[in-house]
Amino acid sequence: MPSDARPPLGLTLGAIAGLAFLHLPILIIFLYAFTTEERSYQFPPPGLTTEWFGVAWNRADIWPPLYLSLRVAAISSAMALVLGTLCAAAMARAKFFGRDTVSLLVVLPIALPGIITGMSLRSAFAIGEIPFSTFTIVLGHATFCIVIVYNNAVARFRRLGPSMLEASADLGANSFQTFRHVILPNLGSALLAGGMLAFALSFDEVIVTTFTAGQQSTLPIWMLNELVRPRQRPVTNVVAIVVFVATFLPILAAYYLTRGAEETAGGGK
Amino acid sequence: MTGTAAHPARGPGDRLTGLFWRRPKLLTALLIAPPLLWLGVVYVGSLVALLIQSFYSIDRFSGIVVKEFTLRTYAELLIPSNFDVIVRTVTMAAAVTLASVVVAFPVAFFAARHAKGRWKAVFYLGIMLPLWSSYLVKVYAWKLILAKEGIVTWAAEGIGAGNLLNAVLALPVIGGNSLSTSYIGTFLVFLYVWLPYMILPMQASLERVPTSMLEASADLGAGGWRTFRSVILPLALPGVIAGSIFTFSLTLGDYIIPQIIGSSRFFIGQTVYSLQGTAGNIPLAAAFAVVPIAIMLVYLTVARKMGAFDAL
Repeated sequence: MPSDARPPLGLTLGAIAGLAFLHLPILIIFLYAFTTEERSYQFPPPGLTTEWFGVAWNRADIWPPLYLSLRVAAISSAMALVLGTLCAAAMARAKFFGRDTVSLLVVLPIALPGIITGMSLRSAFAIGEIPFSTFTIVLGHATFCIVIVYNNAVARFRRLGPSMLEASADLGANSFQTFRHVILPNLGSALLAGGMLAFALSFDEVIVTTFTAGQQSTLPIWMLNELVRPRQRPVTNVVAIVVFVATFLPILAAYYLTRGAEETAGGGK
Repeated sequence: MTGTAAHPARGPGDRLTGLFWRRPKLLTALLIAPPLLWLGVVYVGSLVALLIQSFYSIDRFSGIVVKEFTLRTYAELLIPSNFDVIVRTVTMAAAVTLASVVVAFPVAFFAARHAKGRWKAVFYLGIMLPLWSSYLVKVYAWKLILAKEGIVTWAAEGIGAGNLLNAVLALPVIGGNSLSTSYIGTFLVFLYVWLPYMILPMQASLERVPTSMLEASADLGAGGWRTFRSVILPLALPGVIAGSIFTFSLTLGDYIIPQIIGSSRFFIGQTVYSLQGTAGNIPLAAAFAVVPIAIMLVYLTVARKMGAFDAL
């Protein structure tokens, strides 16, 4: 509940400074994508140019990682959508034995640092002698994406309540018809939001991926290599903008889809 | 009401509905089975694999993993060079957590108690967008900012503080050649990247502080500072602890940030990554990865005692 008293000046300044600290660094990336300086991160840029967008477009080594990232993100978020929704549906139905364990299990992959998830999968691949492939990347991504879909779906199930389902049954619908005509339309925007957040999270993920990718390169891994051993710095800036936009737009869309709901998407990354 | 009583069963869908109605637990079990199997096999299975690997060891001469139970790999963690890595990482995690409490507080307090209407939405998005936007891009932005020829040096020289910056960089241990190769740089980026994780639970707990208590405190003659220390802070503590779980745990496990911005001295994450990769010593890498888990288990137990989970 907001208080009516005017906030003290120090508090206002502190809040503004905090928000500025969170946002200004990202704007820097946009400026640097237009710099004419190729070899260093000189500020202010000696000149501005748009040539790097063309150069980046023509670089053959960027496209395969981009495709791989898109493929992994699409498959992982699709799998997370199915598994996360099933889990949320079961949790909404009843209190059952081990309910708390399940909710802990869902959250764990994202609550523990990525390096633990990554190193665990790496250990398992080593023991099972599983070779690295797109599948091994998806295995990791789908696991930590489940919780994102789950969080969105479970909040919506809670709002849906049992009365609508009972009404549907009273009117003669079977479980599948109820799912198709009552549950799905009500769940729709929450699932779309969850799916988009999962996509954004997967598209951008780098820590778990470095353990499960082997020699393959997703776009974030490509970027990481460029950060460690820079070749054409402004091209990396252009790719950074692409990655930023590809994660920013789904997040914004997810916010507007679930705005005004009891729980807005993104509250629990 | 069963499927046959009110309506004649028309097909397999109806018959299954009748079955689910008579045996509601069956449907719950069918729903929970796929996600449970996935998480149980892929995730828990992997965690178990991690534990198993950490009890293996590596043959010093052949470099081959010896698949026999031993505590030798864990004992290697106590070698000074390895133990230093752990101490360095925990120190950094503690510093980042304390700093994020200080920086997060005004934002969380303003968002919880002063932002109304449109400003509430501005604050919400203002915290949510940096939280979700690309991790790697955020780290990269700081590489640009902290570079020797970058914006911080430029700004410091612009306001005549160039000498001050050099003096800070000349400090032993935390200084370095430039901000992007010093512990100060690593610290700043950690603080930046994990800050929203502190703001959100803090804001949630501050929103729950009843206004009447603040009024009562003022009525009893307490000034702003006294109210803050004796009323607001104790009531916000669960949120602070919940946030610190994130900032502490995420700092313990990160290896990208110190690799890109910082001195060449390793943190736990980097050690794990290099051990499992080029060094091929998966057992020691696994043992190192167990360290953050162990530290977080202790941390969570203490936090639970202090009631931090009510704020999640």
